Amino acid sequence: MATQAANTSTRKVSLRERLDTGSGLLPYFLVAPTLLVILIIAVYPIIDAMRLSFIDNPLIPAASFVGLSNYAKVLGDTIFRESIGNTLIYSVISVALETFLGLLIALLINRAFPGRGLVRTAILIPWAFPTIVSAQIWLLMYNDQTGIITSILQGMHLLAPGDILTRTNAGILTAAIITDVWKTTPFMALLLLAGLQVIPADLYEAASVDGSTRWQQFWSITMPMLKNSLLIALLFRVLDALRAFDLFFLFGGRQVQSIASYAYNNMFQGTAPDFAPGAAAAIVLFLICVVVSSVFVSLMGGIAKQD
Amino acid sequence: MAVQEQTVPVARAKARTAKGTSERKENRVGLYIAVAVVVFIALAPFYWTVITSIKNSVELNSSPPTIIPHSFEPGNYSSALTSVSPAFAKDLLNSTIVAICTTVLALIFGSLSAYAIARLKFRGKAFVLAVVLSVNMFPLIALVGPLFVLFTNPAFRIYNTYAALIIPDLVIALPLTTWFLTSFFRDLPADLEEAARVDGASRLRTLWEVIVPLTAPGVFAAAILSFIAAWNDFLFGLTLTANSDAQPVTVAIPLFNGEHQIAYGEIAAAAVIVTIPLVIMVLIFQRRIVSGLTAGAVKG
Repeated sequence: MATQAANTSTRKVSLRERLDTGSGLLPYFLVAPTLLVILIIAVYPIIDAMRLSFIDNPLIPAASFVGLSNYAKVLGDTIFRESIGNTLIYSVISVALETFLGLLIALLINRAFPGRGLVRTAILIPWAFPTIVSAQIWLLMYNDQTGIITSILQGMHLLAPGDILTRTNAGILTAAIITDVWKTTPFMALLLLAGLQVIPADLYEAASVDGSTRWQQFWSITMPMLKNSLLIALLFRVLDALRAFDLFFLFGGRQVQSIASYAYNNMFQGTAPDFAPGAAAAIVLFLICVVVSSVFVSLMGGIAKQD
Repeated sequence: MAVQEQTVPVARAKARTAKGTSERKENRVGLYIAVAVVVFIALAPFYWTVITSIKNSVELNSSPPTIIPHSFEPGNYSSALTSVSPAFAKDLLNSTIVAICTTVLALIFGSLSAYAIARLKFRGKAFVLAVVLSVNMFPLIALVGPLFVLFTNPAFRIYNTYAALIIPDLVIALPLTTWFLTSFFRDLPADLEEAARVDGASRLRTLWEVIVPLTAPGVFAAAILSFIAAWNDFLFGLTLTANSDAQPVTVAIPLFNGEHQIAYGEIAAAAVIVTIPLVIMVLIFQRRIVSGLTAGAVKG
């Protein structure tokens, strides 16, 4: 027995044997195409975008390295700082409204009533429209000619006659928030509904017998059990909101820009020297997303440890 | 214990009678009103677009805008479809082709990876999942710059072709299908392949007669989500194509706004044409779409 033990401990374990946990090399072949695609289409471009942000004119072969000057230029640009403000205001308000309204709708649909399936279908429709088409649809209601919302707001004396909501910066942001909330609340509602439906009904029954009110039950049963679904939904929504482009492209143009539309305007609607600062702006957005993701992941990791 | 078990139904019966039937009716009415409001808000903009698309230009120019249309102008639709700038019908075709190709590729690569992650043991699994998920944090606007430079490079000449859209759309669709299918495959019974193989079926037969029917609903749901995601793309279409050779219909929509006299009827008709297939898809596949959207969040 002792000699056998000595033999096995001196034998070298090959890489192949180390990888082989029973399935052989098959799994690696299966995931390779996906990883390759992601490498080429996401990882390479993001690294190259960083490289582009450090040179002066990416579109000519004789470009030179300019260090952080593109970043300095962009951070010093008031329009860029405004775009960060716009994006943050839009993101915070949109996501807050979508979560709050989504939760209300989820609680609503969670009760059984006839036609529940139809209601779910009806609210799914806004989600299915491409964002740019939703923007166009709402523009048909915001404009001066066919704008029913314009008429209503003028009738309520919130708008002067002849004025439209999308004339002022605040109005444009409001219009963007309304359209995004309309489009995305159904998504949040359905996500939260799924989370609600996993909560066992006897928890509520037991609590009722003990005498707790619906309000108390909501905070002590519903919310804790929803925490995971809520955090994941929030993470995806916040990242999406920070990267908003389509709405600001159509509603805001050059007047009200998000970080993404600012980057686009510089890269594709400006002159050649504007390209690299645009790329820098895009990388700034990327860094913001990384920070936000890390915060959320650590929050979720903390909760997982508690469970 | 027996005493406790008895008191629950008693307590519930007491609660029911204490509330009284009239109070319950009030709750129901409130519920229905709230539901009606939600459905109204969800569908009203779509209704507005549809009636704008059938009004004639006289009614469109009148103010205030009419809520019930009293004209009927199908010409808006033929105008939109035969529009040359933008070439709307061609763009519709482009969108369809790109979305289908993206979906097929995303399904093939995604299901292979999902099968490996969900059913096989291997080192580095967590790393693969992390990579797939982290793509979600990349802002697309950061990717378009380098992709534009890469595609316009004369060595590749991909710019303004279908490939210029399919390749980046995979950034959106592939993590989606991989993530969803991983979750779906994890839920399939673990001994499924074992049982079929023990019965003597060859690997190929196992695949065809057992695995395919069971995985079909999941693959179908993944296909729908991927199609909608690819169809939804606007930024890549805007930056990586130049004209209707490959331009998707999402890029055509804002282009209707330009020019001199804004033809609201035509714009609305174009919007309806783009959204009708999506509405139909949602109506038919509602349950699958919902299961697809919620899969990741609930199971985590």
